[in-house]
Amino acid sequence: MDLQKDHKKPRRPRLGVFKFASCDGCQLSILNLEDDLLALGQALDIAYFPEASSDMREGPYDIALVEGSITTPEDAHRILSVREQATVLITIGACATAGGIQALRNWADVEAFKRVVYPSPQYIQSLSTSTPISEHVRVDFELWGCPIDKEQLLRVLTDLLAGVQPRLPTHSVCIECKRRGNVCVMVAKGIPCLGPVTRTGCGAICPSMGRDCYGCFGPAEGAHEGPGLPPNTASLAKEFHRGLQLIPAEVLRRFRGINGSVRPFREESEVWERDEA
Amino acid sequence: MSESKGTNTRTIAVDMIARVEGEGALRVTVKDGTVQDVELRIFEPPRFFEAFLQGRHYSEVPDIVARICGICPVAYQMSAVHALEQIFGLQVDGALRDLRRLIYCGEWIESHTLHVYMLHAPDFLGYASAIAMAKDHPEMVTRGLRLKKAGNALMTLLGGRSVHPVSVKVGGFSRVPLRRELEGLKEELLWARDAAVETVRWVAGFDFPDFAQDYTFVALRPSDEYPFNEGPIASSGGVNISAVEFEQHFREEQVSYSTALQCSFNGAGYLAGPLARLNLNADRLSPMAKQTLADTGLALPLRNPFHAIVARSVEILYAIEETLRIIDSYEPPPSPSVPVTVRAGTGMACTEAPRGILYHRYRVDGDGLIREAKIVPPTSQNQRRIEEDLRAYMPRVLDLPNKQAALGCEKVIRCYDPCISCATHFLKLDIQRDG
Repeated sequence: MDLQKDHKKPRRPRLGVFKFASCDGCQLSILNLEDDLLALGQALDIAYFPEASSDMREGPYDIALVEGSITTPEDAHRILSVREQATVLITIGACATAGGIQALRNWADVEAFKRVVYPSPQYIQSLSTSTPISEHVRVDFELWGCPIDKEQLLRVLTDLLAGVQPRLPTHSVCIECKRRGNVCVMVAKGIPCLGPVTRTGCGAICPSMGRDCYGCFGPAEGAHEGPGLPPNTASLAKEFHRGLQLIPAEVLRRFRGINGSVRPFREESEVWERDEA
Repeated sequence: MSESKGTNTRTIAVDMIARVEGEGALRVTVKDGTVQDVELRIFEPPRFFEAFLQGRHYSEVPDIVARICGICPVAYQMSAVHALEQIFGLQVDGALRDLRRLIYCGEWIESHTLHVYMLHAPDFLGYASAIAMAKDHPEMVTRGLRLKKAGNALMTLLGGRSVHPVSVKVGGFSRVPLRRELEGLKEELLWARDAAVETVRWVAGFDFPDFAQDYTFVALRPSDEYPFNEGPIASSGGVNISAVEFEQHFREEQVSYSTALQCSFNGAGYLAGPLARLNLNADRLSPMAKQTLADTGLALPLRNPFHAIVARSVEILYAIEETLRIIDSYEPPPSPSVPVTVRAGTGMACTEAPRGILYHRYRVDGDGLIREAKIVPPTSQNQRRIEEDLRAYMPRVLDLPNKQAALGCEKVIRCYDPCISCATHFLKLDIQRDG
């Protein structure tokens, strides 16, 4: 990931921030970098960030941060142009990286959904699926989380500015949770926690607040078979069912949430959908 | 910005209005120098929350509805838990009730400060962004960022994080803070209180266009406090109803040009949000907020939408004073939540999101599963009123060159701090001039 092709003429890298179907929370996480925002504004030329600035300039952009998933025909087209204009494209958050919570439509009849929300559904243009950016264009780096962790974002931007390949840990929330000295909510309280199969990055917030992790940073890697491979969702699901007495529909809902359509979680939920039937 | 001229038709288009949360468009039709149609078109992609809430367990609702809006997730969580608690016959009192006010204060401080300093003040001072403004006014922008951080710190302590907090649940919280954790915030909050007073003085000194409108203000009005989570819905026209009666008075309609439904109150547009709240509840403000507002010399009710930045700043100050009051009297509750007994039924609740009243209704079955959900966000309520303001404002800008006319309209829209992510995103101005 090299930001600038012409190293002889160094200049401030140009940043663009783009929004698709989302809640704006990951863009807000950029503005929540209160201590570093002004320095970031000096290190980067913020060329396109409509939520924060009416100074909107055309590409090319050295870095494009993309929030949100693709849910309309127009957006499926627009992401192609963002990709064309960007040297490095980074998805920020669960929507852009995994389709987001609105990907719950992927199991449903969207025409029926429209009828629930809108009296005249024919005015509403919407695809039947919510898909991550990577299903449409090449993505150079993914930031997981609903929302992203702002410190992870700062880390990745700092790495890019320093010409370093960004890397973030992919192990499970469990490891972070143990480091924080938390009592395990699943072992001690019998709460069905997704921490064993969820990627670290949030700081194990949920167990620290006395509740179950609900998977908003997506699947961890390598917990089962090694780096880059899916976590052992089957074993955890079995424990939810046999150990904690969750009925199949409850196990299904555990995996079908914020990151429900990303593969390891999707496939696990579908196993329990078959069991329920 | 594009411009096209036909023989009789002139079209001005701005591809996106900046510094709002979301995506929408504005189309204005002008014929023979007279404004014909004003359409605020929201084409934020629909996300169908009300549909996919069906079949989910009530305990999942706070985590799901938070995702409607990254700027005001607490508002969604609060309206949801109150509506669900109504079904289960649950009363959440004492310290737990105070903590709910507290996390809501954190959200108001964060959301209002974001708008006052980063989205709205640049309009009055002539900058494209707060970052650009920082070059000439570093002390103002630094103050705003620190104030915003104080709100985020409060939300993070109570909710684990400020965007999509994790601790709010039906019955209370998954964890409540220790006394000393809250006291650890006090020093910064005392700074923030002074900074909020300075903020009110600063924004009250901005140059406001003379643009008083005849509004129907709608806000919660509890009997003895400034509103957050409870209270009857009151209007400046004297209406006083409970949230249970909301749908008898407020109607949502779909318009062909928008993915957000438009809401009307007894058949007309109305104003919700900081101006409405302040005008209807000024007598419930905390002492410093009351005094600082009085010192601005502005007479209530505030009827100029551009004064919303003052109302927002007064509410930041109120929220900080309320936070300090709650922290000083805080004794941790015996349990972080009260037990829930599931029963089937329907519940409704309205709470005061930073941008105005937020209505939720749920129908739950005997297993605790959601059978029906209805959510009316503040921005879809204000949408019609924004259009009416624009209609009134257009004559002032019609003679201006396209770019300035468009900018004038954007400024009117920004007064509302519209959260189009909530209502649905992307503002595009399109003025058609016919003759």
